[in-house]
Amino acid sequence: MSVLKSGSQAVRIEQDVVLARQTARKLAVEAGLRLVDQTKLVTAASELARNTVVYGRGGDMDWEIVEEERGKGLRLTFRDQGPGITDMKLAMTDGWTSGSGLGLGLTGAKRLVDDFSVESVPGEGTRVMICKWT
Amino acid sequence: MERIPILRMGDFLLVTIQVDMHDELAMTLQDDLSERISKTSARGVLIDISALDMVDSFIGRMIGTISGLSKIMDADTVLVGMQPAVAITLVELGLTLPGVLTALDVERGMKLLRARVQSE
Repeated sequence: MSVLKSGSQAVRIEQDVVLARQTARKLAVEAGLRLVDQTKLVTAASELARNTVVYGRGGDMDWEIVEEERGKGLRLTFRDQGPGITDMKLAMTDGWTSGSGLGLGLTGAKRLVDDFSVESVPGEGTRVMICKWT
Repeated sequence: MERIPILRMGDFLLVTIQVDMHDELAMTLQDDLSERISKTSARGVLIDISALDMVDSFIGRMIGTISGLSKIMDADTVLVGMQPAVAITLVELGLTLPGVLTALDVERGMKLLRARVQSE
């Protein structure tokens, strides 16, 4: 897999969620994703960016336009140095929330993308990677 | 402060969301709408989201809350103009908007609201 282009942007405050969405949309178009897939990726990005701000106390979004034999893809990684997820099984349960949300963020985002991975160390932070392919 | 305009059309209130909504703006709209329903005794609220290219769980929840609170205030809410890609994404996300009335466009939404008010 080769990386065609990459970058990073801050996801610290609520307004950054909107900016993260806009960046995700622009890159999804550039990577050549079709409209429905763009929308799914942007929506997943919005959920994860909000998690980064609300639960992770702010962090960053790294983005990469990647290419392999099957086509191009857009890969986004949300990372924070927040409290981390203590019970991953619970966090990946539909409808469960530690905050005031609907509990669809993490599980919903996973359903919307092709590749999904989450790593979290309590007390150190969380890193969620998503990728959508053309 | 940035606000989403709420227009009055007879018995109904019309909200057209044309900006990429951040969370605070969504909360402000929720407050503004409940106030306007109470002030104008509106019987229905039409929310046009045809300009939105994305609805995530936060915006979805706001729509559900508006629908619920307008119901309590004796007004129906109709959500109109959802783009097909947004609809597909919402279902996959797991957000089904229970209890929220929907119509394809503003015209049909108005018709639906009028029919509901008349039948009461």
